[in-house]
Amino acid sequence: MSTATTTAMAYQDRRGILGTLGRDGLLQIILIANTIIMLAPIVIMVFSAFKTTPQIFASPFGIPDFTQVGNFVKIWTQTNFLRYLLNSFVVTGASMVLILTLGTMAAYAIGRYAFTGSNFILMFFLAGLTLPLKLAIIPLFMLMRDLSILNNQLSLIFVYTAMGLPTTVFIMTGFIRTLPNELEDAARMDGASEARIMWSIMLPLVRPAMVIAGIQNVVPIWNDFFFPLVFIQNDDLKTLPQGLTTFMGEYTTDWGVLFSGLTLSAAPIILIYIVLSRQFIAGMTSGAVK
Amino acid sequence: MAQLSLRGIKKRFRETEVLHGIDLEIGDREFVVFVGPSGCGKSTLLRLIAGLDPITDGEFVLNGSRMNDVAPSRRGIAMVFQSYALYPHMDVYENMAFGARLMGLDKAEVEQRIADAARMLRLGELLKRRPRELSGGQRQRVAIGRALVRKPDVFLLDEPLSNLDAALRSEVRLEIARLHREIGGTMIYVTHDQVEAMTLADKIVVMNNGRIEQVGSPRELYETPANTFVASFIGSPRMTLVDVTRDGDRLGVANGGAVAVGAVPDAKALKLGLRPDAVHLTRGAAEGFAAQVVYTEYLGDNAYVYARLADGTLLSARTTPNDLFAPDETVTVTVAPGAAHFFSAEDGRRLSP
Repeated sequence: MSTATTTAMAYQDRRGILGTLGRDGLLQIILIANTIIMLAPIVIMVFSAFKTTPQIFASPFGIPDFTQVGNFVKIWTQTNFLRYLLNSFVVTGASMVLILTLGTMAAYAIGRYAFTGSNFILMFFLAGLTLPLKLAIIPLFMLMRDLSILNNQLSLIFVYTAMGLPTTVFIMTGFIRTLPNELEDAARMDGASEARIMWSIMLPLVRPAMVIAGIQNVVPIWNDFFFPLVFIQNDDLKTLPQGLTTFMGEYTTDWGVLFSGLTLSAAPIILIYIVLSRQFIAGMTSGAVK
Repeated sequence: MAQLSLRGIKKRFRETEVLHGIDLEIGDREFVVFVGPSGCGKSTLLRLIAGLDPITDGEFVLNGSRMNDVAPSRRGIAMVFQSYALYPHMDVYENMAFGARLMGLDKAEVEQRIADAARMLRLGELLKRRPRELSGGQRQRVAIGRALVRKPDVFLLDEPLSNLDAALRSEVRLEIARLHREIGGTMIYVTHDQVEAMTLADKIVVMNNGRIEQVGSPRELYETPANTFVASFIGSPRMTLVDVTRDGDRLGVANGGAVAVGAVPDAKALKLGLRPDAVHLTRGAAEGFAAQVVYTEYLGDNAYVYARLADGTLLSARTTPNDLFAPDETVTVTVAPGAAHFFSAEDGRRLSP
């Protein structure tokens, strides 16, 4: 037995150096290539934001003069950009608050309380994952019309909340089920009410999962173009992706201004992403229970 | 003051009944240990007392008032969990303060209680640490501290030592015994380790399959076990139980010799219970059970010999380290007069001679 293990280890050692180098090297190459492919459009977008339209066409990949901020000044002062940005913040923020509050509460109930039909409710939420919401656009449009919230940000918030709940409930239920039951029992012995247990004990512990669910939802909602296009006509209520299209004229487009608008609209989401990634702290629960 | 009465407590999970009517009285300042194999219902019973699970049938009375429907935190009971269940996102101080604040105590009182608990459990330096920065023994002390600050009448401890390594275990065991002397509350302690039960308890409750097998002091359980289950559960190495037939005042093992053990109950067939110190092994004695040595455990101050009797029962015997037996050696087993236990062959109940 022990000689067999020794031989196996020696064999692995010999194979080790070349094999590991080859495999890791290949992985590195793939990852670097992937990074370049992913970053290139963003870099080009940022570069183009500092160029005038003729410069963009003359040297699309050239490094611009970063002191030339005319496009940003123009978008800030001469367009409705600030309004769109604010609208996007309102819609995305409200949707996220609703998604995370409702999703966490639903997931807590499904994951923690044993009641008949809990599995059915989970399945019901999961069914939402398979539903292509865009196919329902005509009934949705009629629904919003009948609720008289067409041309109103509420319509977007409702649709986004419905869109975000399935993934949130799915992620959070799985996570909440992994948390030790004894923590809750301990809090109950300490005299905490159910709401208190959720707020003071469970919520801090599920934060990593909330971050994952949040990122999962915030990006598509922020970038969504389709639903505002259908539901919102009033220029003062438009969100960023929809608003930016107004910069594209039928005959001429000021590409420099458009790119600077895109850069500005992508910036908050990239920032949120970077800040929140630090929250993926593994082992938040380590130490609670051995 | 704490006086607990359990009257006909039953617990059903859906269709399966896991506790079949538990009757038990626990007095003030008593240290009671529930002991039994895994799945015997001892932890379930503890959770019923704590109020974490509802009682299906029966009554739980604490200090004269019925507690069945009282919320866990209003029973005057604190619990130390097997996994400690410390709140991972709070430091040690906050962990202890959480329950105290929910009791509605003012700030000064909370601080005072935590300071007292920290002194008693030597947690002073650790108050600002998070649970994950503590060792197993330290977490254990914090868990006990969290129970202490609530100043409960009754402490429940659910296998508190099972996550500790052997060296730490005996240390914390002493600590718990000291705490019980110092604070003087009633303690109910669940374990599957009979050594913990024997060393800590004023009163041991032996449970099996959702029933209480026997209640008594460690000495009573060891010296007069009520049935074969208690007899083999308490004591290490366990008591040997062997089927014997009576012939006058001698007891015989199926084709394996016979032995006189003093007074014998009046029954044709019985189970003979022999503790390791009740038997004596010799080479080539004229009368006794024949047995073949299987192996010997040398422990320094004494040694245990395991030998197989003619009917296949494995017998354990204590011998002196000067007189070790070799495996496969044939020995004769004699029994010290009056040291044997007798049980009914039918239902395993204790019989007196």
